[in-house]
Amino acid sequence: MATVIVVTSGKGGVGKTTTSASFATGLAQRGYRTVVIDFDVGLRNLDLIMGCERRVVYDFINIINGEANLNQALIRDKRVESLYILPASQTRDKEALTKEGVERVLNDLKQSFEYIVCDSPAGIERGALMALYFADEALVVTNPEVSSVRDSDRILGILASRSRRAEQGEPPVKEHLVLARYAPERADRGDMLSVEDVLEILGIPLLGVIPESQNVLQSSNAGVPVILEDGSDAGAAYGDLVDRFLGKNLPHRFITSQKKGFLKRLFGGS
Amino acid sequence: MLLQSPRFTGEDNPPFELKGSLFTLTVLHLFHPDRAAIERHLVEKIKQAPGFFSNTPVVIDLDGVVNSPDGVDFSGLYELLRRHGMVPVGIRNGSPELQTSARQAGLPTLPESRATGATRKPERVEPVHSRIFSHPVRSGQQIYAPDGDLIVLGTVSAGAEVIADGNIHIYGALRGRALAGVKGDVEPRIFCQSLEAELVSIAGRYRISEQIDPADRGKAMQIHLVEDRLIIEHLTR
Repeated sequence: MATVIVVTSGKGGVGKTTTSASFATGLAQRGYRTVVIDFDVGLRNLDLIMGCERRVVYDFINIINGEANLNQALIRDKRVESLYILPASQTRDKEALTKEGVERVLNDLKQSFEYIVCDSPAGIERGALMALYFADEALVVTNPEVSSVRDSDRILGILASRSRRAEQGEPPVKEHLVLARYAPERADRGDMLSVEDVLEILGIPLLGVIPESQNVLQSSNAGVPVILEDGSDAGAAYGDLVDRFLGKNLPHRFITSQKKGFLKRLFGGS
Repeated sequence: MLLQSPRFTGEDNPPFELKGSLFTLTVLHLFHPDRAAIERHLVEKIKQAPGFFSNTPVVIDLDGVVNSPDGVDFSGLYELLRRHGMVPVGIRNGSPELQTSARQAGLPTLPESRATGATRKPERVEPVHSRIFSHPVRSGQQIYAPDGDLIVLGTVSAGAEVIADGNIHIYGALRGRALAGVKGDVEPRIFCQSLEAELVSIAGRYRISEQIDPADRGKAMQIHLVEDRLIIEHLTR
């Protein structure tokens, strides 16, 4: 049975698409047939982060409207086997996402995939609601900053009250916290909320902490999910996150500041 | 006095004592005042169960003959019932006119029991329903308990609102707004395990975050109204 996972946050710019790309890539790397869907109709980004923007012919809305079939629209990833991308439409708006249409497409995808990752747009309007409505599990992406945490709290409330599972009285959507752009030194100084602060406010299990990293920006611009960047802290953190999601019990890394050794201070490095 | 000599029979000893007691009595529901018809049916009944009536006290229920135009001949009815082994001890229900003529025949009116008639069922007391919310109340959510108390087992996040006509109990931190007694009742209180509220209000009297003593923040507190003033005090002493 396929699992539908929404990657959501409420607030924009916190790392939803970065997380969706790396999470889906990580699941596929580990052998699971995975598709990642861009729900940000009109502001298509996922294809850029995944580096497949030049191969987009048909999109999610075309399928909803019956203008193309799934096989025409699904883009097969060139690096990782069993990973597919379903891009958003850039020329339409979120009103094109109908509940019936989204449900039909998800049901079709469930026939051939094990994990369906829904990359939600920011906000709490139609696009975000459609992305989370059919979810079985949710990755709630938060930055260690008060407005981001509050918006995540809002999204958690919506997951608990307006998802299909909530409306039909089924077991609730399973919630996971992803704390992205974390800088332990700044949390220690009190510039940022600490991991404990965020957990105290949101009260959901922590799936992973992604450290603030230059690699994320670089890999985004290069169209490579950061999880594929060897030697990157953020990539390693996403690797751990995927393993934890699949049931491995791994300690959290990158949550305490490391004192720089003498050589490191001398020669820089990160 | 518990101990009393059996020989002691002074004039102070009253000859009787009045006490209330409950009895189960047979009630004869009268539907028609025609004595001949009553007698006919009585004989029939006694034939079926001889010896059923032997000085059996009965109460005559007059509900069925209230609209009888001729009234009821109570003396005649009394005689008739006695002849067949029943001892009428009083009447129940009936119009004031019927009750008066019954009294003249020596039959007192018994107080109406609450169990008589389908229309006189005991009033059902509707229990006040508490609303129990077992999840965290997230930012942007509003939970209202009309006509009762609201019990929240989790935390009330900043930007969330919990509202009740009665009391509000929060078994987590209160970081959002809590408004008790919103229909104007001044009695309800707000209880929380950690007071970090944006706003607390009882019956429209409110305090916002910056009007709450910083020393009280993060503590288990209760909030109530005393003479129109909001009092915030520690839950545990």
